[in-house]
Parts: sequence; C-alpha cells; structure tokens
Amino acid sequence: MGRYVLRRLLQLIPVFIGTTFLIYWLVWSLPGDPFSGKCGDRPCPDSYVAAMVEKFNFDDPLVVQYGKYMLNVLQGNFGETFRGLDVGELIGEAYPNTIRLALVALAIEAVIGLAAGVLTGLRGRGFLDNLVLVSTLFLISLPVFVTGFVLQITLGFELKWIKTTVSASPAPWEHLIVPGFVLGSLSMAYVTRLTRTSIAENKRADYVRTATAKGLRQRRVVGVHLLRNSAIPVVTFLGTDLGALMGGAIVTEGIFDIKGIGSLVYDGILGKEGVTVTGVVTLLVMVYLLSNLLVDLLYAVLDPRIRYD
Amino acid sequence: MTTTQSEVDFEGTAPVPGAPLLEVDNLFVEFRTRDGVAKVLNGVSYRVEPGETLAVLGESGSGKSVTAQTVMGILDMPPGVITGGEIRFHGENLLKASPKRRREVRGSGIAMIFQDALSALNPVFTVGFQIEEQLRLRKGMSRRDARKRAVELLEQVKIPNAKGRVRQYPHEFSGGMRQRAMIAMSLALDPEMLIADEPTTALDVTVQAQIMDLLKDIQVERNMGLILITHDLGVVAEVADRIAVMYAGRIVEQSHARDLYRKPGHPYTQGLLDSLPRLDLKGTELTTIKGLPPSLLNIPKGCPFNPRCPRVQDICKTEVPPQHRLAPGRLSACHFAEELISGD
Repeated sequence: MGRYVLRRLLQLIPVFIGTTFLIYWLVWSLPGDPFSGKCGDRPCPDSYVAAMVEKFNFDDPLVVQYGKYMLNVLQGNFGETFRGLDVGELIGEAYPNTIRLALVALAIEAVIGLAAGVLTGLRGRGFLDNLVLVSTLFLISLPVFVTGFVLQITLGFELKWIKTTVSASPAPWEHLIVPGFVLGSLSMAYVTRLTRTSIAENKRADYVRTATAKGLRQRRVVGVHLLRNSAIPVVTFLGTDLGALMGGAIVTEGIFDIKGIGSLVYDGILGKEGVTVTGVVTLLVMVYLLSNLLVDLLYAVLDPRIRYD
Repeated sequence: MTTTQSEVDFEGTAPVPGAPLLEVDNLFVEFRTRDGVAKVLNGVSYRVEPGETLAVLGESGSGKSVTAQTVMGILDMPPGVITGGEIRFHGENLLKASPKRRREVRGSGIAMIFQDALSALNPVFTVGFQIEEQLRLRKGMSRRDARKRAVELLEQVKIPNAKGRVRQYPHEFSGGMRQRAMIAMSLALDPEMLIADEPTTALDVTVQAQIMDLLKDIQVERNMGLILITHDLGVVAEVADRIAVMYAGRIVEQSHARDLYRKPGHPYTQGLLDSLPRLDLKGTELTTIKGLPPSLLNIPKGCPFNPRCPRVQDICKTEVPPQHRLAPGRLSACHFAEELISGD
C-alpha cells in the first residue's frame, strides 16, 4: 500500500507540470492587451508598461516565464495582480467559501441521491420509480444556470424564502443551501441513478439471501449487507465529484454572487489577470488529483478484494 | 364443553409436542412471470426427523431448491406465490407464522448452506464478522465472546489456523475451506435442522467427499435433521437415510435409500440409476433419459414424465398418478409402481 501511494504521488508530478503549463500558456495567450483600460481612458504610459513587463517577465520566452512562476508557487508565493494585490491572499479569502458551497452540494447529493436510489432500487417498478426516473432525467438535461436562475427568481424574488444573493464572506452555511442544491443537482441525479441500479443489481445477490437465511432483520440485511456492497461505486463517484464541484462552482457562484474562487477566476479572465487565473486553476488541479488518489485508496478500503502492490 | 375460541385460533400456529421436526405438506408454489404462470411445486410433501438425512434428488428445475427456499422463507416473492400447503416445524405451520417468528426460526431452528459459497458469503466482510454477526445480534453476545465462539466453530469444521482465518475475507479462502466456513456459519445458532442446497456441486471430487463426511459427522454429533439437495446420485448413496426424487415440481418417489437403489419404484428413478457411469460396463455408451424435462409453464397432461417414459401407457397420458404406498415409508407416483418393484 505504501509503495503504491508513493508511486501514485510520483505520477502526480508530470501530470501537475503538464496541466499547469497548459493553463499558463492558455491564459497568457488569451487575445487582447492586458494593459488596455488599466489606466483610465488613456493608454498606459510606457513607464508603467515597462515596469509591468519587467515584473511579470513578459520579455522571457513562455517556458522561462512559466519556470519562474512555478518556482515562486512552489515556495508558496502565488504572485501579485497588476494592481499589486497578493494572489495567495485573494485565494485564501475566496477558497473557504467555495469549499463550503461544494461541501453543502456534496452533502445534498449524497443524502438525497442515496435515499432516493435505495428506495427506488428496493421497490422496483412502480409510481415512485417512474417519478424518480423522470425527475432525474429532467435535472440531468437542465443546465445549471437554468436551475440556478429559476430557483433564485421563484424562491428569492417571488416567494422571498431565501436571500437572492450571498455576498457575505465567509458565506453563512444556511445561505448556501439553495446554491448548494443548484450546484449539486446534476450529480444528485447521477447518484440517484447509480444507487438505484446498484441496489437493484445486488438485491437478489446470493449473499443477501444468505443474510436473510441467517435470521437477520430486514433493516440489517439492507442497511449493512446490501448497502455496503452497493455503495462502492457511489462513494467513489462522490469522491471524484468533490473536485468537479469546486471547479464547476463558477456559474453557481456567479448567479448567487458568492465570493468564491469561481468569481475570482471569472473576474481574473475578464481583467486578463493571468496570475490569478493560473493560481486558482493550479490549486483546483491539485485538489482534483489528490481527491482522485484518495478515491482510489478508498476503493481498497471499501472492497477488500482490491489490493494494490 | 366445546373448545374455546383461543384454542381454535392457535391451532397449527404453535409448536406441538411430539410432532415431527419438519413436515412439508402438499406444498404448491407458482412463479407468475410475464410469459405465464409456471407451476413450480405441485403438491410436495416430505418429513424429516431429528438425526435423519433426507436426500432430495432431481434435475435442475425440478423444484428441489424452491421447496427448500420456501421452507426457509427466502423465496423471491414476487414472482413466487405460495398457493397451497403447509410447512410445519415441530407442528407449527410456518406459513401462517408472523414475520418475526419466521425470522426467529431462521438460523436457530432451520439453517441453510448454499451451493456456491463464494457468492453466498458477503465479499466485503470477514468470515469472522459474518459468523459473529448472528451471535451478537441474535444471542446478544459481546464482540469478544462472539469472536471466541467463531474460532471454535471454524475449528469444529476443521479449518486449520482458525484464529488467523477469522480475520480473512471469503476470497482469501479456497473453495473447500469456503464451504466449511459456510457450514460453520450455519451452525452458529445451533440449528435443529440443516438444509444443504447442493453443498458440493461447485467443488472438485476429493473435496466433495471431505465436505460430505464433515456434514455427516456434524449431523450425527448434533442429532440434526439434514435435507441434502443434490442431483448427484453418488453423493446421496453414502449419506442419505431416505431419498425423495423430484420431477416437474412433484415427488415421484420417496423411499429408504437402500430400497431405492435395489429396486427403483418409478421409471424416472430407474432412468437416473441407469444413467450412472459404471466401471464394470466400461467402454459401453452411457444410458440417458430421452427428451428434456417439461416446461413448467406447460406441464404435460396426466403423468408429467409420460413423454419421456419407456413404459408409457394410455392411462399415463390422461390421469395424474396418485402416490402408491409400496411399503412403510415408500411411495411412488407411478400407475405401475407395484409392477415395477415386483417384476423382473
């Protein structure tokens, strides 16, 4: 196991370098002059441009620029924006909000998705099953921004049950419930269907029959013997989804005005703040890679038949 | 004075002293599927006493496993529907018992082991956990006591290094060891009756013999009733006291093991015995029973075996043969049963 983890961690290095270089290259090759509009209505003075080119190493070839940037990042220094704000600090302020939002979304999709999946998987064909199938299909086919705006308008503006925006930072948990639902709705539909299939597949398994023949209560047969086996694909899906939720939060954060990394990236792209964008995306890549590794390790814990080494 | 209302109510729903250990009485089960109604059991009756081994013999689809699953109450319903009959355990009709009572009987009254221990054991829990679970939940044992008992049980079924083995998962056991673990698990609650559903079919021949010996030893030691479901006549010969031969959801012959081998009372049994390979007839082609078992969606009129029977007469195509009592404890559902055992 230890050797496996070490090997996986070593594999992360080339993946990390590759992805971050790609991002760096893409961000700085965005069309448009980063200095347009930075100095009011007139073009920026040459002295300012020269200072900025010096500061961000724009005269160096891209690979060298990237190398200098990475050296700083590895020392914990994410650089500065054009205005001189520390990117590390910006991320430090925004990231907790995104983590909270992603956790709320994950909790919602896990609880509702698992419950609906187990229920329909056990019951089989019938009204409830059809209802869940149709509603999950509906959720899967709706883009997140539609769900987001519809809920914001109906629950926020019309019914006034929720605040339409969550501008506070750090964002209070209770304000994140509806945005979390919006962010997690797509995955919730997937979790439901995954659980349903998994339960329906396993409920006639021999070991379930054995558990019943041992005289165990139905609750225990389902809750321990059946669920433990059926949860393996679901848990791994949830694990990889955490990374995806953080990356996918941009739209939701935009709709509900949550001050997370999504809005940081969005503003960064608009303002051609390459350092900010690269910093945030690099962080997201790290989270994604690590959560994938964690999921692979979790597999071996959940299913003893899987052994690494 | 007439009997009181309560006595009438409780008739057949409470244990009766002196009643047989297990009686299956005229059991009917159907599978209602999209293709139609499959009549899987059509009046199955047998009984088992403590210390006795009943072998239930038959081809795939003859209903031997469905009978056992109905006795255990683990039949998939739907599609299965019990349309008639009684299952009496110590005289108590289990089919009328509450779900709670049925659950109590499972494991401690009647336990069951299955054909394929690899799929019948839960892959994600250790063998120890799966044995201890019953002890903790049903007997209220502490974790430590349950572990100790699980090791004892594994030692009883002759698993070497039982102390280390309890911590292993089913996939870490060999086929024979896995079936032993399954047997240990079934014995955890000291059942009075054990149903073994093809316990050796998935194993190779040398291991088969070991497992059968083990089952026999355990049965004698505990004076358990044992139902051995199999399609292997060779396995049956060594251990069975009595044999019930099933065909198309009916018991076509029931007899003491020795009598059945000496003189089969039903053409189907005769066919099964003839199809056994024999060393003294080496080189000659094996005899087979012509044709296929009938579809349970459409069982032939009259005797269900008539399309395949070498002795078929007109009466076989119109009338279902009744059970002929040939001797005490010996029944045959053939119109010509008496001729069969008295004839050449």
